[in-house]
Amino acid sequence: MNRNLIIGSALTAVFVALGAMSFIWTPADIETLDIPNRLQGPNATNLLGTDHFGRDILSMIMMGARTSIAVALVAVGIGMALGIPLGLLAAARHGSLLDELIMRGNDLVFAFPSLVIAILITAVFGASAVNAIIAIGIFNIPVFARLTRGAALPLWKRDFILAARVCGKSATRISVEHILPNITNLMIVQGTIQFSLGILAEAALSYIGLGAQPPTASWGRMLADAQTLVSTAPHTALVPGLAILLMVLGLNLMGDGLRDWLDPRIRVTRA
Amino acid sequence: MSLLAITDLTVSINGTEILHDVGVRMSQGEIVAITGESGSGKSMTALAAMGLLPRGAVPTGKIKLEGTDILQTSEPDLCRMRGKAMGMVFQEPMTALNPVQTIGDQVAETILIHEKTTRADARERAAAMLDRVGLKVAPTRYPHELSGGQRQRVIIAMAIALRPRLLIADEPTTALDVTTQARILDLLRDLVREFDMGLLIITHDLAVVADIADQIVVMQKGQVVEAGPAHDLLANMKHPYTKALFAASAHAVALPEPKPSAPMLNVQNVVRDYPITRQRLLGPRPMFRALHDISFQINQGERVGLVGESGCGKSTLTRAILGLEDVQDGEIRLDGQPVFTDKHPNLAVRRKMQVVFQDPYSSFNPRHRVDRLITEPFHLLEQPPTGPTREAAIAKALGDVGLSPQDARKYIHEFSGGQRQRIAIARALIIEPELIIFDEAVSALDVSVRAQVLDLIADLCRKRPLAYLFISHDLTVVRTVTDRVMVMQAGKIVEQGETETVFAQPQHPYTQTLIAAAPQLPQIAMAV
Repeated sequence: MNRNLIIGSALTAVFVALGAMSFIWTPADIETLDIPNRLQGPNATNLLGTDHFGRDILSMIMMGARTSIAVALVAVGIGMALGIPLGLLAAARHGSLLDELIMRGNDLVFAFPSLVIAILITAVFGASAVNAIIAIGIFNIPVFARLTRGAALPLWKRDFILAARVCGKSATRISVEHILPNITNLMIVQGTIQFSLGILAEAALSYIGLGAQPPTASWGRMLADAQTLVSTAPHTALVPGLAILLMVLGLNLMGDGLRDWLDPRIRVTRA
Repeated sequence: MSLLAITDLTVSINGTEILHDVGVRMSQGEIVAITGESGSGKSMTALAAMGLLPRGAVPTGKIKLEGTDILQTSEPDLCRMRGKAMGMVFQEPMTALNPVQTIGDQVAETILIHEKTTRADARERAAAMLDRVGLKVAPTRYPHELSGGQRQRVIIAMAIALRPRLLIADEPTTALDVTTQARILDLLRDLVREFDMGLLIITHDLAVVADIADQIVVMQKGQVVEAGPAHDLLANMKHPYTKALFAASAHAVALPEPKPSAPMLNVQNVVRDYPITRQRLLGPRPMFRALHDISFQINQGERVGLVGESGCGKSTLTRAILGLEDVQDGEIRLDGQPVFTDKHPNLAVRRKMQVVFQDPYSSFNPRHRVDRLITEPFHLLEQPPTGPTREAAIAKALGDVGLSPQDARKYIHEFSGGQRQRIAIARALIIEPELIIFDEAVSALDVSVRAQVLDLIADLCRKRPLAYLFISHDLTVVRTVTDRVMVMQAGKIVEQGETETVFAQPQHPYTQTLIAAAPQLPQIAMAV
């Protein structure tokens, strides 16, 4: 275990725990407005203060964690579920027309600025958390497809793959039995990184009003709402901003730590 | 005064002693060979002499190069010495050169680092040095345009550009073909004489040692077990390990007599073409003919060798026989059935063949247990055994290769190179194939382990009718484990016949060159 991994997973665990806890209990109900009590600084009843509607910011952060994690998780899931098989297929049929089609398709997706296209998708199909998930997920597909293909190609040249072919195994079977288990580490690490990018993307979409819609809490929306209040009540912007920062930082540290920890070569030299 | 004097060198990493009281002494114009098996500490000794010990290694003792103690010298001073006072040649010519720099510039770089001179002058001297090492190509070429032997010459030119007093060569010919190896060894010998430098050569190949060395140092487990002038040491080996090492190198196995039998594998007029890179944009892709009209037969229970240098088409032929790739012309039949039909490999035929690869470290999926690894060929059977039958088959296959049934639950990283090669053989044997292809199967192993694996193969031949095609560049090994041998050059089989006949009276000029180039173990050692 290295330091990055410990700090990273601890930070991530805190937010996951907050999000999970919001299903059972939050300090206050975020759907009831309490205008007279608005823009309170941190105090005994509202640990992180209240926003311009008098809602408890801690409760909103907890509900927002839920949204962010759910959106990013499903988006990464879409990317993995479609990207990894595409990458495996391209590597198995290396040099064929199919490989060419898959990879050029990836290039096509990569060629568009992801956030702009996400805005386009949500603008056309309407702003909602589901559409945000799809928009972010689409851009995760080529990331995983490329990574999978890149990692699978050198494996295909190894003797144990040749041995499997001598045993009459089909390319699909070899991909699942031999290639996939050997690239899992890489996928986990990339998954964490894409997860953090997903959180950022969700926050960005919500910030411009194209993500989760009220009354669903979202860190990006909280930031957007706090924009005009920065000078009068800085904590309303500071708290969601820090939440995004710490969650993304935690995931990145975790990804970095996982890479070192899961890479057998690095582990051996440290042992 | 001696050129290099290593005394009481002990190196430990994390408290484990890697080298123990190593002593090596050499003078100018002398060739000293350090030999031993993997893990004996021979490379570590060479690295210590260059001041290049890995981080975390703690050395004690003395390494004196012309009076300067390497171990007491600071890193900046060592940098000034490396390349100037001592040069180093590495094993792998494919990775030791920078692919984006011309070879002339890489040699010139060594000169520019150490001497205040103009780039033009350095280039000129680099060109002269490349010429001296016998490289017949322009210094403006890039490494990828050169063959392995040519690259090794460039690396030697880099190492001797400033005429160092000490040249260290770590397995300089291991990655090369025999004919290239012979020429590189000649070059090294000439350079030592001409420049009056000392050459410290590290090699596991005892034939090379006997061929080139003035002094021999035999190492085992980090200790020098025997050292002395080459002639004396070879004539009169004292330490049992030295004797065992030489005996294992010359190890001959006792194959059972071949019985007359029916033909099994029939390769007829096989041609294999590969498309290569287009010469111009959108132009036609030229074809490279890797196999020219290859024809041969292997009978049931026959042991056939295939020798040839890298790039001669051995691997292409293996793949064609295994039905992994289709051929452009001709036919390969096993027991009368084609190995490749209608663009698909014929599974009914393939279950009669298995293969053992060279590299014991890449032949297995690191994430599977041994039982799963060796039962992979069961995939070829229509009804793979399950339950107790499967367990019994695993236990039998492991037992056949001298491992225990308990090993089935282990992962591959728990085994040594020799054990892995045994597991590879177990995997090949588990479906009881008629033909096994050994593709350089013992080339990556230490001599003593190699001897054991060869014994295992001979033993298997006694237990059951086993035909194999033994592909190797090592003529000594091929000579002992085969009944018949084929010699391949540039995609053609230039000679084939009874192994002993071919080795004793080679007919084709290429076979003669190959046999002449292979370094011989001295007869004195064979008698042990």
